[in-house]
Amino acid sequence: MQLLNKNPESLTDKLMHYCPGCGHGIIHRVIAEVMDELKIRNRTICVVPVGCAVFADKYFNCDAIQGPHGRGPAQATGIKRVKPDAIVFSYQGDGDLASIGMAEIVHAAIRSENITVIFVNNAIYGMTGGQMAPTTLIGQKATTCPAGRTAKQAGYPIKMCELLATIEGAAYLERTTVHTAPNVLKTKAAIKKAFQNQLDCKGFSMVEVLSMCPTNWGTPLDNPSEATRYINDAMMKVFPVGVHKDAKQQ
Amino acid sequence: MSEKKLMKGNEALAEGAVRAGCRFFAGYPITPQNEVPEYMSWRLPEVGGAFIQAESEVAAINMIYGAAATGTRCLTSSSSPGVSLKQEGISYCAGSDIPLLIANVVRGGPGLGNIAGSQGDYWQATRGGGHGDYRVFVMAPYSVSEMANFPHKCYETAFKYRLPSMILADGILGQMMEPVEFIHPEIDPKSLEEPEWAIGVNKGRAKHIINSLDLREGMLEKMILERAKRYRELEGAEVLYEEKLLNDAEIALVAYGTSARVATAAVKAAREKGIKAGLFRPITLWPYPKARLAELASRIKKFLAVEMNLGQMVDDVRLAVNGRAEVYLYSRPGGSVITAEEVTAAIENIVKNGAREYAALK
Repeated sequence: MQLLNKNPESLTDKLMHYCPGCGHGIIHRVIAEVMDELKIRNRTICVVPVGCAVFADKYFNCDAIQGPHGRGPAQATGIKRVKPDAIVFSYQGDGDLASIGMAEIVHAAIRSENITVIFVNNAIYGMTGGQMAPTTLIGQKATTCPAGRTAKQAGYPIKMCELLATIEGAAYLERTTVHTAPNVLKTKAAIKKAFQNQLDCKGFSMVEVLSMCPTNWGTPLDNPSEATRYINDAMMKVFPVGVHKDAKQQ
Repeated sequence: MSEKKLMKGNEALAEGAVRAGCRFFAGYPITPQNEVPEYMSWRLPEVGGAFIQAESEVAAINMIYGAAATGTRCLTSSSSPGVSLKQEGISYCAGSDIPLLIANVVRGGPGLGNIAGSQGDYWQATRGGGHGDYRVFVMAPYSVSEMANFPHKCYETAFKYRLPSMILADGILGQMMEPVEFIHPEIDPKSLEEPEWAIGVNKGRAKHIINSLDLREGMLEKMILERAKRYRELEGAEVLYEEKLLNDAEIALVAYGTSARVATAAVKAAREKGIKAGLFRPITLWPYPKARLAELASRIKKFLAVEMNLGQMVDDVRLAVNGRAEVYLYSRPGGSVITAEEVTAAIENIVKNGAREYAALK
């Protein structure tokens, strides 16, 4: 008999709390596979955000620290500076990273902090029940913009990869998506590279992953694939996937 | 060991932290504490430590939150408006039992206030400052030597009981120069055992989680009560204070930090005028030396709190004395320094004229 697949060692067997159709579980799994493949589980520290992934410390089978909303890159900075042999990654959502934590992520990139950031962009506040995010699309409905986001009232969705690409210290920035199987594999490759960069001391690396939130997007329960279609038809038009910066290639 | 150096208060604090094993500093410039980050920027690399000028006070406290979670002795310093910004992080550190050291070189407030020495942050330091039920171990130096030597005690206490610690100084103590003697043996952090809770590189142990969150029914209460047990042990074992001329005193001045220096001079002046005055100087502000004050209140019937604020610590004096003695206040807010003459006049007025209330606010 041949074992074809198994759970990554870097994931615990704790049942995840994520909603059906949510992308977090896929992204967790992909990160854990990368940790296994790079054999870094025993020296990896996950910096856990405030938001839907606030329980990620229970799912990743590695040391973890949870802190204030948006401050993950600052915490990761402190850890990495005193424990340079540790592999430190900050896992953050769009409210955490692109709204309340905008200063911390920008300055971590400016310092070219040798950390890995996984930025999950689902264009909505999930944990608090569907409020407008800094990445909510124009016209997209949320509980704090029930008629849809307007530029006049709330400005435009922020494109973090493009913003950080202007910063000299950012070493690697790629946007991917997990709405189809081939894209999950591309996401895994990007995340692996972002971790490998840290092992190679290349500096600040971030992978922005477009992810589904069927619950707070109001996706019909009988047709969850509409959420993946929303990524393809709407989000990817505003947030183009691809490598936005790779310092090695310049 | 016993060599004496002339040092500025802020530099003494920074050097004292390094000698007490501090190997990481993150901070943001603010007057009157800038000598602390300036000193650390060259001193920490000398001993293999790391220094970061953070993008904000908020980032600074979270950087040391992360670094301290690895068991490293860490310091951030700031002054009043900056310490307000750090309160979120301090609450999280308290909630996840992270030992670290915060130095507040207090300036006049509220708001941007001024850059003079003040004691307006007593309530913030001793009542929590941030959200939730928690305590911070707070020490109040009153000399440059104490600025230099208190980091040692703060780290020992913070790591033993797993809570944040704070040195509550002020702009005068930070800026003035005095001869300093470092009384504690220098600590090499490599000689310290890694705390059993620390996150970091491991060789196959079970994973460690640093967290202040527990949504399960009743579990947060359990977590806080476990912490409260440590708070009670700390309160029983780590209270520090100093007494001067209290044996025959008819009036006890109660003052900490710079105010205690002024009060010392006022006690001497009052004695010269035939008034039996003494000084009670709290050194730990939390835990406050309330048991000793209560004892003293059985024979001393007049207490005068002297503070550079609108009257904050006087609340703790009243709570400790609990009606067994009269409690008066002499204070000036806004970064104005109290003079010994003013305090002596207050003592005379209380003792000779039997003033029932004395709060001289200019």
